[in-house]
Amino acid sequence: MRSGAPDPIKAVILAPEQRVRRWLMLLGEIGILSGQTFARAFRGKFGFRAFVDQIETIGMRSMSIAVLTAVFSTMVMTLQFSSQLARFGAKQWVGNVVGLTLARELGPVLTALMVGGRVGAGIAAEIGSMNVTEQVDALRALGADPVKKLVVPRVFATMLVLPLMTAFAVVTGVLGGALIASLEGDMKMSYFYNAALRATTMADFLSGLFKTLFFGFNIAIVACRNGLHTRGGTVGVGQATTSTVVVTSVTTLISDFFLTKLAMVLGWIQ
Amino acid sequence: MDSVAPDRDGPAVEIRGLHKAFGSKRIYEGLDFTLRRGEILTILGGSGTGKSVMLKMMLGLMDWDQGSVKVNGVELTGLTEHAMVKVRRDVGMVFQQAALFDSLTVYENIAFPLRERDIRDEERIRDRVAEVLAEVDMAGSEQMMPADLSGGMRKRVATARAIAGAPGIILYDEPTTGLDPINVRRLIELIGKLRKRVGVTSIVVTHDLEAAFMVSDRIAFLGQRRILDIGTVAEIRNSKIDEVREFLFAMDPVEGAQS
Repeated sequence: MRSGAPDPIKAVILAPEQRVRRWLMLLGEIGILSGQTFARAFRGKFGFRAFVDQIETIGMRSMSIAVLTAVFSTMVMTLQFSSQLARFGAKQWVGNVVGLTLARELGPVLTALMVGGRVGAGIAAEIGSMNVTEQVDALRALGADPVKKLVVPRVFATMLVLPLMTAFAVVTGVLGGALIASLEGDMKMSYFYNAALRATTMADFLSGLFKTLFFGFNIAIVACRNGLHTRGGTVGVGQATTSTVVVTSVTTLISDFFLTKLAMVLGWIQ
Repeated sequence: MDSVAPDRDGPAVEIRGLHKAFGSKRIYEGLDFTLRRGEILTILGGSGTGKSVMLKMMLGLMDWDQGSVKVNGVELTGLTEHAMVKVRRDVGMVFQQAALFDSLTVYENIAFPLRERDIRDEERIRDRVAEVLAEVDMAGSEQMMPADLSGGMRKRVATARAIAGAPGIILYDEPTTGLDPINVRRLIELIGKLRKRVGVTSIVVTHDLEAAFMVSDRIAFLGQRRILDIGTVAEIRNSKIDEVREFLFAMDPVEGAQS
């Protein structure tokens, strides 16, 4: 084209290819950072103090979100299941259904989405801000390794905290469901609670927690990668934060399917 | 290659045939430059000529496309991050935006390079932090957070952090920006004092002509993707290169007219 303006048809044809290339590059960068994270974690001192600080930052400050989400989602689910199951005369099974759903799926996924959004955005914004204000360069200039100082404690803290928080969310969620079943559904709290416990095996509970290990790793590593690649001042920090929330939410939902399928294929759950 | 054997007798920094481009924008095309040991050299040049980029390359914080960068005789091309740490231990840097760690106190910021050098004796760290803070006239600010400091104070704390580990080479990126005239003079005196007392080699990137003329042994002028001129203060003042004369005149018409 003589004008030098981009050819719109070419742009449409090339766009998917460029998008695929961008995603592949992102995957490659995440893969490299993951390898560096595990390699650096076990080279030299672990940095226990930074790890504990991150547990406090990530864990304690996200607990209320995780509990609120679990309790209210379970209360809504209990209300809905109670009325629908009552139509088939199966209302007494509501505790079983809610307990199983919460332990296997809703507890891990909702906690990962809610806490992941908060934690992932926080990590990306913090490291991104450090990057655009040259603090990451300063770390390197002063002889420190940014992966060891910034990435390792955040990744391992998130991997530890997310399963613990999910376990807590599942227990409080079941209690919330039991409360609403007793208030709205003429069912004793103890009956609901025992039904949920009976229906949920340790394998169900552990399969959920196993998934959160992966979710935690995914959230932290994507957030750290985006933070370390932030460019362009405060606008760049905003973009890194938004991108982190989108990528971690989508990958949590997609990986949940494959991890559940894997747990079924391996015979951990039925 | 991870073996790093520094040579403390040769030039502090040696750059040969350096090429660097950001996308289609070429920054350097065959840049050559030598920093002699023990000297104070100022780099002048217009915005976007790659003055700060050159400092970052000397620390291995930024890659280059072609050429050679040697610090204390160690070739940085292809050096792993692990090996680079040893090179960086002898090089301090004062960043343009100070780059203090926001989550750490002034004390912890200055103690950081000392802890990275595996110094565990807290009393020794405390003494050194107090000493370097006194050097930059910030004594007693140990417990303050970077957010509580003014721009000039942040610069001074950043200078204290850069000299805390007693490096042999210090890189200053716009160190006088945001400082009042009294603190500019103090900083210039500090740079001179460090050289006189412990033979520290310094590179100062600045737009502040007065500071450059006061502090420098030599001045290098960066333009047209290479070093256009390099020489003593008198030589640069009498430079025959149009771009240098134009720059001096634009920055300080009185100085420019005299030269």
